[in-house]
Amino acid sequence: MTSEHTTLDASAPHLDVDTLLDDPQTRIIVCCGAGGVGKTTTAAALGVRAAERGRRAVVLTIDPARRLAQSMGISELDNVPRQVKDVRGPDGRGELYAMMLDMKRTFDEIVEAHADKERARAILENPFYQSLSAGFAGTQEYMAMEKLGQLRSRDEWDLIIVDTPPSRSALDFLDAPKRLGSFLDGKFIRVLMAPAKVGGRAGMKFLNVGMSMMTGTLSKLMGGQLLKDVQTFVAAMDTMFGGFRTRADATYRLLQAPGTAFLVVAAPERDALREAAYFVERLAAEQMPLAGLVLNRVHGSGADQLSAERALAAAEALTDLAGTGNSGSAGEEDTENLGDGGIVDLEDGKTGSRTADASSPAAPALQQHDPSVTPESKQSPEARSARLAAGLLTLHAERMQVLARERRTRDRFTALHPEVPVAEIAALPGDVHDVSGLREIGDRLTSGHADEAYKKKAGNDAS
Amino acid sequence: MSRLHVVSGKGGTGKTTVAAALALALATEGQRTLLVEVEGRQGIAQVFETEALPYEERKIAVAPDSAGASRSDSSRGGGGRRAGEVYALAIDAERALLDYLQMFYKLGGAGRALKKLGAIDFATTIAPGLRDVLLTGKACEAVRRKDKHGRFVYDAVVMDAPPTGRITRFLNVNDEVAGLAKIGPIHNQAQAVMRVLKSPETAVHLVTLLEEMPVQETVDGVAELRAAGLPVGGVVINMVRPPVLDPDEVDLAANGARAGIATALSSAGLGGARRGGRAERLIDPLLEQAREHAERVALERAEHTEITGLGLPTYELEQLPEGVDLAGLYRLARDLRTQGPI
Repeated sequence: MTSEHTTLDASAPHLDVDTLLDDPQTRIIVCCGAGGVGKTTTAAALGVRAAERGRRAVVLTIDPARRLAQSMGISELDNVPRQVKDVRGPDGRGELYAMMLDMKRTFDEIVEAHADKERARAILENPFYQSLSAGFAGTQEYMAMEKLGQLRSRDEWDLIIVDTPPSRSALDFLDAPKRLGSFLDGKFIRVLMAPAKVGGRAGMKFLNVGMSMMTGTLSKLMGGQLLKDVQTFVAAMDTMFGGFRTRADATYRLLQAPGTAFLVVAAPERDALREAAYFVERLAAEQMPLAGLVLNRVHGSGADQLSAERALAAAEALTDLAGTGNSGSAGEEDTENLGDGGIVDLEDGKTGSRTADASSPAAPALQQHDPSVTPESKQSPEARSARLAAGLLTLHAERMQVLARERRTRDRFTALHPEVPVAEIAALPGDVHDVSGLREIGDRLTSGHADEAYKKKAGNDAS
Repeated sequence: MSRLHVVSGKGGTGKTTVAAALALALATEGQRTLLVEVEGRQGIAQVFETEALPYEERKIAVAPDSAGASRSDSSRGGGGRRAGEVYALAIDAERALLDYLQMFYKLGGAGRALKKLGAIDFATTIAPGLRDVLLTGKACEAVRRKDKHGRFVYDAVVMDAPPTGRITRFLNVNDEVAGLAKIGPIHNQAQAVMRVLKSPETAVHLVTLLEEMPVQETVDGVAELRAAGLPVGGVVINMVRPPVLDPDEVDLAANGARAGIATALSSAGLGGARRGGRAERLIDPLLEQAREHAERVALERAEHTEITGLGLPTYELEQLPEGVDLAGLYRLARDLRTQGPI
């Protein structure tokens, strides 16, 4: 523990992403986290930045947004890494490749690579296999890890960045290799194979009775045909299982290796950070190397010296001012205010009335903008300025409230895990769907705290 | 009226919260709803601020008075009606499988033997499709369950379902299974489940935000559900933020109105309006925030149009400034109720 922990300020160590990307020892970066936090975008942005800093990088995405995929030239799902145009490092050294995981194809390729032709065909045509490979939930996780192993062993790239699937439990992909292993070691598989394999060896007799009773039960449950399909499938896969297991173990070790860095991506929201904390603990338990937390879409303000309370009070004062500056509409407005206060609890409260809740900072300004209340033409320039200023202040108050909430959630996380380095990405107003947007994300990711980014942006050319 | 409400949505859109609010909203006086969780995340327990749920149906909340209760209904009903109740169930696939074996095949002992062999593990993890069979099967069983008087035990079942990207496959898994197991009890069970899921008794609702990716997933999800013959219910637009300034007004503020705004800020006690004064220095950052706001409002309008184009009933839930706590959840439930039947 360092002396920093004696302060009450829960400030976490800073995650230096550029150092991570530049380090030639970093060979794999795994982006994980809850759904909807921007894993894919972060992974792609890291890829762009790494390439432009001279790495030969490949990004393995699972399910990118269509326009993002198109902008990277990987809208075709062909399971082959494609070079992303317009991304190049200094003196032509860096390159970026990207691919979208096709799990069925990946599964098929494993079968084709590890079974002779006839056996491969038997497997590929098996109905049970077809369902399994077409993506019963869970297959995606196995295949993402399989693909990662393949890319790594090809050794064509010096940095692989992996996006993880939106799992039911975000950790499924960690469990996948182990689960496969435990299944392959299990007795169940031998039971399934019993009719095919057991050939009357005397010592096995007792076991055989038990097993045929079991297959009888299974047959009753599943229907004869399905059991036969499963058995044929298992028998055909049998020769490949050893290979499966070896590779699953290898992938697991690869994830633990020093060249791997896990980045937990989260939005500064309660649920996402709770999941992030769970992730951090789990990675530690599995001895997986965690590089840090990427806090995505963090809001800042260039005017954070002005508190939400003061901004709101000023907005209200200006709203009054604008009201009295209007010719003859002040009375009307008062009625409106009263009315809004009153209808909140009525049974069929209109959508509009909900915004009039006292806790919503939007309330005063919204009423002002109803054209039926204050026709533009009747406003004096002073009233108009006051009204605009009130709007700006109301927005600012909203922003400051978001900021405060995000800080609280972040501080709760860093208090629990003070050892985890954090990097923040200042929120963009819109979505990212081109390479320049990804570049912008990379810049924001490496420019320190979100607050500073905002200050710079709004900044009156400080440099 | 649907009795099985499947709530899906892209990750991060708040589908667990919306599912919980819906379960509360549907539990009008005397009605009983079951809120089902299938992803083993204990999200329901978190939303209701209780300890982790076991694999058991237990009462988790009493529904809020419906908005109408304060006027005619309570007097007409004599005031003696029970409050609505919400039950919750976190389905555990392994336990569901053992239950299922017990229920249909009286396989108590054999079930345990299967477990020992790793067959249960196989069914619930290695062949995760089977897990989905169990989860959907259990939910449908709750929908169809009747008490000894022949009345439905639950008036409605709300499922906090997998995200949009997986929902069609999740719900359709029984079709796939029925195709694989062409005869036998699994086949029959799978078909029975599909009959419920494809009937008007079921409605699949999608939760979205007014952002590009969630809306795109919603549009794709609706198309997939429709193609699979699954009944689409409504779209719930979550975390709606009312616009504070119109894009036109932001333009106005940025161009030519600076001096006036500086004076206004100053008159509100925020410092000097002169160049370099405290109020004047606020203008740039405030305008920057306004520009971001205008950009967001314009995007949200475009996304809203996209949603409207689906021709589905839509419901809007406002973003709660302090995040969703228990009080916020009840408020969302009331908001849903005021927006008509869902």
